[in-house]
Parts: sequence; structure tokens; C-alpha cells
Amino acid sequence: MAIGWYLTVSALIFCIGAVGVITRPNPLVILLCLELMLNAGNLALVAFSRMWGHEDGQIFALIVMVVAACEVTVGLGLIVAIYRRQLPVNVDDLNELNG
Amino acid sequence: MSATTFGWLILLFPLVGTILIALNYKRLPGTSAGWLATLAIALAFAASLGALFSLLGDPTTHRELTSKLWNYDVSIGVDAQLSILVDPLSIFMALVVSGVSTLIHMYSIAYLKSDRGYSRYFAYLNFFVFSMLVLVLAGNFLLLIVGWAFVGAASYLLISFWYRRSTATKAGIKAFVINVLGDVGLVLGTFFILRHTHTLDFQKAFAAAPHVFSHNSTDLVAGCLLLLVGAFAKSAQVPLHTWLPDAMEGPTPVSALIHAATMVTAGVYLIARMHPFFEIATTAADVGAIVGCLTLLIAATIAIVQTDLKRVIAYSTMSQIGYMIMGVSVGAYSAGLFHLMTHAFFKALLFMAAGSIISAMGGEQSLDRMSGFRKALPFTFICFIIGGLALSGLPPFSGWLSKDDIIGYLDNRGGGFEILGILGYVGALMTGVYTFRMIFRAFWGEPCEEARELEHGHLVHHDVPTNPQTGEAEDTDVGFPGVDHHIAERDWPMRFAMSGLMVLAVIGGALQIPGVDDALTKFLQPTFATSHLYNLEAGTGTEWVGLIIGALIAIAGISIAYRTWVLRPGASSALEARLPRLHTFLYNKWYFDELIDFLIVRPTQWLGRFNDSVLERGVIAGGVTGGTTGIVRAASAAVRRAQTGYLRYYAAAILVGISGMALYFLISAT
Repeated sequence: MAIGWYLTVSALIFCIGAVGVITRPNPLVILLCLELMLNAGNLALVAFSRMWGHEDGQIFALIVMVVAACEVTVGLGLIVAIYRRQLPVNVDDLNELNG
Repeated sequence: MSATTFGWLILLFPLVGTILIALNYKRLPGTSAGWLATLAIALAFAASLGALFSLLGDPTTHRELTSKLWNYDVSIGVDAQLSILVDPLSIFMALVVSGVSTLIHMYSIAYLKSDRGYSRYFAYLNFFVFSMLVLVLAGNFLLLIVGWAFVGAASYLLISFWYRRSTATKAGIKAFVINVLGDVGLVLGTFFILRHTHTLDFQKAFAAAPHVFSHNSTDLVAGCLLLLVGAFAKSAQVPLHTWLPDAMEGPTPVSALIHAATMVTAGVYLIARMHPFFEIATTAADVGAIVGCLTLLIAATIAIVQTDLKRVIAYSTMSQIGYMIMGVSVGAYSAGLFHLMTHAFFKALLFMAAGSIISAMGGEQSLDRMSGFRKALPFTFICFIIGGLALSGLPPFSGWLSKDDIIGYLDNRGGGFEILGILGYVGALMTGVYTFRMIFRAFWGEPCEEARELEHGHLVHHDVPTNPQTGEAEDTDVGFPGVDHHIAERDWPMRFAMSGLMVLAVIGGALQIPGVDDALTKFLQPTFATSHLYNLEAGTGTEWVGLIIGALIAIAGISIAYRTWVLRPGASSALEARLPRLHTFLYNKWYFDELIDFLIVRPTQWLGRFNDSVLERGVIAGGVTGGTTGIVRAASAAVRRAQTGYLRYYAAAILVGISGMALYFLISAT
């Protein structure tokens, strides 16, 4: 099977994730979309790894998963903190860091 | 011990005294600070005597000894060392400085007894003597400059000793600024000489001078003129003299020590020390002689009309230093230095006596208010008369022999210098007039209120002390004069010091009587061994003719004063009324202060204001720093717009950015 299909799926998932990050106001959904983007990347890495018959890409994919786990921990922690302080769970309202 | 060991000891004692008193100023009880300071200077005097005898024991060809403690820096063209030169000239100066200082320290013990800054005063005074001794014992230009600057600083500290008195602090600043001008002259002059001699050491530089400089070479004349600027500023010569009369704001013993006996004669010492250069740069030496002559005349005319007792003596000091500068500039080294010594004796005596009168007046210094103190202050009166006679140059007092020694040399030197000699006689006549004007006004006539009170044994005491210049009310806390006044008749240390100086003022001239002994000339010979002007003294007969003329002129001056201020009391005011313009001109001191104010102070102030308003505020603050911050501020305002705070906006920006980069690389790869 040609690698093109794998990359097409990966690109589709990535675009879905990116559009989700940009358009959705809910931080929880943004986090989910981020996971989509990361995993799209993982898919591409694994596909390339297979194509070259080399294990580097798979190792990269594993590292990305670890980083993603860490990132989700921090992200969820932030969301919980926002919720606990009774701030709006809406990224558009959290715009105090402007110039 | 060798003479140089004594030389180091001379410096050590006052330094130790300064440090001990300065560190323990709160712990020293009563007058102990004063006695400690006096002891330190007395030991320095003893060490000077030791050096003198040690030097006299050496053969005359080996009387110039240098001693080096360590090198600061030795490199190409510069040899900066901590070294002293012990030779007849430096030991002569050390003896005069430490001897007179010992007596003045002693006088101060009683005079400042009730002052709240007692220990501070003596720490300053010891520091001054240390600086002065560094100046005269220095073996190289570097140490000379150090001593030169130190005495300027000490003078500033002591003039502003009563630091809450506005007039005193202003006078201190004025003295310091003019002295720094002199320091700059000295340093620049040193550079001119160093450039050719390649050594800072006196002996090496003097030895090299005839080989590296031709007669009147431009660099040497420039260097010597700059040295003269230093000498003029320190010795209060026209036009750098205006600080000296103002320096009378300091305590009277300070006026006696610094502004009569020692510091102001540093210029005379400098010219005598640098004689190998001045004898090559004859143009510069002539300038020195002419300025000295001008100063002695100008100061004498001013002294005749001033009404402040201490200022009259200050102008007289200027005038007498004019004689010395004139003398050493034309080559009358021994005569000039002889006058320096006798002047130190009688001028310190006059200042001490003046201090006693001022105390009896309760701080008042105006001659207009004092009169008839003859009976109330008998001892002070005798001191004043003896000091006055020595100053006027009446035989057999010391001033008679020393002043006419200078004039005699001038007359003998020829080549136009006789004119300066004749002007010197004119100055001598005025000296007699102004000295005895002061004496007749203070001691003759109807006793004033304070004098009458004192005759009944009651010393005047003001409830509210005032500044004698401005009349402002003062208190007696630290920074102002103390609560009590002290007169010589009641305090024995003052009497002792004045007696010592009185004896010296009478017999000090015996060192140098023409035809009888020329002790000073012979003693100083080794220092001036290479000088071709040193042995140009007149014959004994000519000198005695000069001395007799001098004596007659002094008597004439005194009789003029007697006729004007005693026999016909209204004569002086009648003269004033007849010549109002001349009187105003002299009373305002030839308008030198106003002239300097107009030529230098105001343009400088204007420049300062211009720099402040235009250069600093306009160009620097508005253009350079203001422009830079303006650019940065505008740029950051533009960039700040991008920071909206919306997370999605940032995410989109990142995405667009990365996509753009990826596209760029993709396109450029194909």
C-alpha cells in the first residue's frame, strides 16, 4: 500500500485538530484537538518508519506520546484551576495577557 | 643619626599627631589635644635641629642628601619615588615652619580653649604642619605637588573651621578654588620640565637643566611661568591674591600660621628651589620680579585704607611676600629667604597680638571701633609695637636687615632692576604708614568702652555673639566660635608664645648683618652652589648705605602716620574728603574682586547656565537620550498591537507561520 494514503489520513486528522484548536472556545475541546494533531503527527512518523524499514520514527512516536501525556496533565491541571477559581471556562474571556 | 633620618622624623611626628588626635577626638579631655599637638610639632622642631647639626657636621660639598623610602613607579621617563631631599634650604624651611608652628600651637591651646571643635582644630593644624613639611622636604616634583595640594586642603579646612558661619565657608571655598588653580599650574609646569629632563627627581633634573635647556628656551619659559602661577596662587600675588584677605575669616592663630608665617611663603620657597630653571628662563624670572613688585605696591596702598584689623595685616603680608617673590626672582635668594624667616616671626607676632585685641573687643575686628587699648592690654601693646617696628623696618629689628637686604641686592644687580629697588623703598614708606596707622588707631586715643571695662578687670562678653562681618546672630555651639574670649594678659601659653616670637622678631636679624656675619648666606651656599646670581651681593659699605636709607624711610613712614592719626586726629578724614575717588578705589581693593567676578566668575556662570538649559536639557536630554527612547517607545507600541491576549489568535498565527515556512521550503526545494 502506498504511503500517500497514510499521509492523507494524517493530514486530514491534523487539519481537523488545527481547525478545532482555532475555532472552539472551550479549553477542554482545545486540548482534545491538540491530541488529534499530535496523533496525526504520530501516524505520519510511523508510516515513514515503515516505509524506510527503520525504527527511528517509531521511537519518535513513543516520545511524542510521553510528551502528550505530560502536556495533558498540565493542561487539565490548568483547566481544573480555572474551574476552581470560578473563572469562565472560555479561552476568549481569558485575554488579560494582552499588550 | 644621619640628616636624612632626622628628615623622616620631622615628617613622622606631625603625621602621628594628626592621626592620634583625629582618631581620639572625643576621648581627649580638656586641653590635652592641644598639648599633644604642640608636643608633636615641638618634636618635629627638635628633629629639624638634629638635622641641622647633622648637616653642619658634614663637609659643605656633601650637604645635599636624598633618601628614598620606596618607588611608586619607575618606567620610561617617570621615576615616582617617595624621597626627601635634605639640604640647607629644606632644613632652613623646616626649622622656620616647625619653630613658628610650635609657638602658634601653644598660643592656640589657650586661644581656642572654649571652642567646641577644639580637638578637630588641632588635628587640622597638625595636618597642615605635616603637609607643609612634606612640601619643603620633598625630594621630587611628585611629592612637592602632593605637599602643595595638601596645604591647600588644610588651608581650606582651617579657614572654614567655623563651618556654620556662611562668610567663613565662602572664604574657604574661594581660597581652595584659587589654590587649585595654582596646583594645576604647578602640575602643568612640571610636565613641561619633565618632558626634557625625563626625571622627577630634583637633583637629577637640576643637574640636567643646563644641558637640555638653552637660554630662554620656549618650553622652559612656559614651564617656569606655569610654576609661577602655582607660586602666585599660593603666595597671594596679583591677580590671584583675592583669597588671602577673605581667609581672615578663620581663627586668628590660623591666620598667623598659614596666612602669614608658613603656607603663603611656599611660593617663595618654590622659586628658590627651582632656581636652576629660573636662571636659565630669565624671562619668567623677570615676570616673577615684576609681579612681586606690583603686589607689594598694590597691597600696601590697600592696607592704608582698610578698617578691618586682620585684613590690614593680611594686606601687609601680601606686600611683604611681594618683596620676597621679587627678591628670589632676581636672584637674591638668601635675602628673600632671610626676609621669609624674619617675616614669619614678626607677622605671626602681629597676628597673635591682633587676636588678643579682637578677643578684648569680644570678636569685633573693625579699627573704627577700637581705640586706646594701651593701658588695658599692656603686654599686647608691647608685642604689637615690636612687631610693627620690625615690619616697618626700623633698626635694630629683624625686618630692617632683611627687607633692605633684598632692596640692596636689587640696586646692586643693575640692568633696570634698580627701578624695582626704588619701588621697594616706596613700598617700605607705605609699610611704615599702614603699620603705625593700625597701631595708633588701636592703642592711642580715648579708650573705647571695651578698653575702659578691661582696665577695671572686666573682659567684654556678649550675650548673643555675632558675626563681625555681617552682624548675624550666632550661638556658641560647634561650628561657631566658643563662648569665652582669651587675651594674652590672662593666659600664659599665649603670653609664652608671643614672648618667644617677640625675642625672635628683635634678634632674628642677627643671622645676617652685613660685614659682621653672613651666617644664612654661608649656610645656604651648598643649595645654590651652581647659581651664578647667588654671590652677587653688594659690598658691605653699599649695603650699610642701603640699610641707613631704609631706616630713614621707615622713620619717615612712622612719622607720617603719627602726624596723621595722633597729632591731628581729623587729618585722615579730611584727606578722605579731599580725595574721595582714590579712597573709594583703594577701599574697594582696586576692584580686583569685581574684575575677577566680571571676567571669570560671571562668564563661567553664564556658560554653566547655558550648558544646563541648552546643552543638557535641549541637546542631551531632548535629542540624544530623548530621541533614542522615543524610537524604542514607538516601535514597542507598534509591536504591542500584535499581543491581543486571545489564545486562538496565537494558535492561528503559529499555524499560518509554520505553514508559510513549510511552503517556502517546499517551493524552494523544487
